[in-house]
Amino acid sequence: MEFFLEPLQYAFMVKAIIVSSAVGAVCALLSCFLILKGWSLLGDAISHAVLPGVVIAYILGIPFGIGALFFALVAVLMIGLVKNHTKIKEDAVMGIVFTTLFAFGLILISRTASAVDLMHVLFGYVLGISDGSALFTIIAALSVAALVLAFRRTLLLYCFDATHAQTIGIPVRFVHYSLLTLLAITITSSLQTVGIILVIAMLITPGATAFLLTKRFGAMLEIAVATSVGSSVSGAYMSYYLDISTGGAIVFVQGLIFLAVFAYTLARPIRERPAKGIASEPKQA
Amino acid sequence: MMIDKSKLAIDIQGVDVHYHGFAALRDTSIQIEHGTFSGVIGMNGAGKSTLFKVVMGLVRPTRGRAIVCERTPRQAQKIGCVAYVPQSEQVDWDFPISVYDVVMMGRYGAQNIFRSPRGDDRARVEGALERVGMAEYRDRQIGELSGGQRKRVFVARALAQGAEILLLDEPFAGVDAKSERALTELLVSFKAEGKTIILSTHELTSLTEYCDHVALVKHTVVAYGPTEEVFTRDLVSHTYDGIVHRVAFAK
Ligand SMILES: Nc1ncnc2c1ncn2[C@@H]1O[C@H](COP(=O)(O)OP(=O)(O)O)[C@@H](O)[C@H]1O
Ligand SMILES: [Mg+2]
Repeated sequence: MEFFLEPLQYAFMVKAIIVSSAVGAVCALLSCFLILKGWSLLGDAISHAVLPGVVIAYILGIPFGIGALFFALVAVLMIGLVKNHTKIKEDAVMGIVFTTLFAFGLILISRTASAVDLMHVLFGYVLGISDGSALFTIIAALSVAALVLAFRRTLLLYCFDATHAQTIGIPVRFVHYSLLTLLAITITSSLQTVGIILVIAMLITPGATAFLLTKRFGAMLEIAVATSVGSSVSGAYMSYYLDISTGGAIVFVQGLIFLAVFAYTLARPIRERPAKGIASEPKQA
Repeated sequence: MMIDKSKLAIDIQGVDVHYHGFAALRDTSIQIEHGTFSGVIGMNGAGKSTLFKVVMGLVRPTRGRAIVCERTPRQAQKIGCVAYVPQSEQVDWDFPISVYDVVMMGRYGAQNIFRSPRGDDRARVEGALERVGMAEYRDRQIGELSGGQRKRVFVARALAQGAEILLLDEPFAGVDAKSERALTELLVSFKAEGKTIILSTHELTSLTEYCDHVALVKHTVVAYGPTEEVFTRDLVSHTYDGIVHRVAFAK
């Protein structure tokens, strides 16, 4: 008991746990859609592309979230623009756009900020989060989570069968850009917790872990959120007791959970495993 | 749903469709009446799928116009009068959703923006599943079905939409003869209820058994009309560049 209560005497630990959990929950929700839609690389691209936004916000003295969100949207629009007007495949377009923006961010940072600041942006520093940033993060995370849950059926249909969505009169373009915007906000809100480099893990691992365990989308959302929030809380405690990076600990725990689940699915008798690929003709057919 | 069935179900006039400059359809016209069962045939690449996409508003003609239930394709979809079962559904069969979930997606167009199902939606989904004989599979993950069963699920989704016009693009591809027969019987029973069925197929041998109309497609609609007038050796052979055999033609 003492073990769990001691860190909670410190306001910075309470804040870190709450912020990491909120971020973990919203990332987990989005991760389910991203891995089903095949957008994992896009999440990685957006997270790297926000670097110049963070640095410019730092220079101008405005909240870093505004700069980050701005560049996240710039990246999304640039990727869409180049993809629609060339024959270059989307993964290559994303590679070009995000590395260029990330490089621009590095140039800016090398002229303006300290190495410590760079470390915090790249790897997160949730223990040092200000009250204002904590509030921003929590509000952003909860708003996105509420929207994703409210519109989960439409988003799922869009990921599953966009053509059908279009033929029943759903504005698919709007849904597409809404999902991207929610992703951009989520990434922005996660930056202080895990940083640019590790955000992508938060946006893939919980959904992938859940996907191994269930054939039901509702259950997938629940499992993803549970493992992600669990990882956030245990990561925060680990960083307190072991004096290690919080973001690193959270993502590491998520990876361990994934490995454990993977091992479990391998150990399970074959007939209980979820079907993979095209199933053979069932006998009853 | 306000549909005057004495008017045309589909009215396409002088449509051109280009893909990056390549003309897939040229000066294409076709008028299809309500309550008919039309087979659309033509070689691979002839433009059958493109014709369906014009009806569904999925491609924009560079010339001409498409009218569905006296409306633009978009408006026709808004009132749910036309449903579409695409060629090979480009869906991920590992997706964590059940047969029931997929069929419920047919109801989304008629629901509020949160798409929360109501009693009427559930009843229609159950009814559609019963109708295609997939009720006992309702909780199966969609990947755990045979090719014929997968098709039936998508037909059930179209049925749940409550549409008057059903478009099926090569529904028999990858489906065995028994499932094909079950599917055609089902479609014939829809027609008996006054629905309009339009399907594309390469199965020329069985076509005459269930289609009362045939459309021949070769980068345009070469001919459309009652099966006995259009499904003739001359016209079909023209459509297939002279390569047809073992087919029971009209006349
Ligand atoms: N998205 C597309 N981009 C470019 N060309 C296309 C596209 N879709 C179809 N085509 C071309 O248009 C022609 C007609 O295609 P389609 O309507 O699919 O024929 P069918 O269904 O009769 O086999 C083909 O030559 C095909 O290569
Ligand atoms: Mg086709």
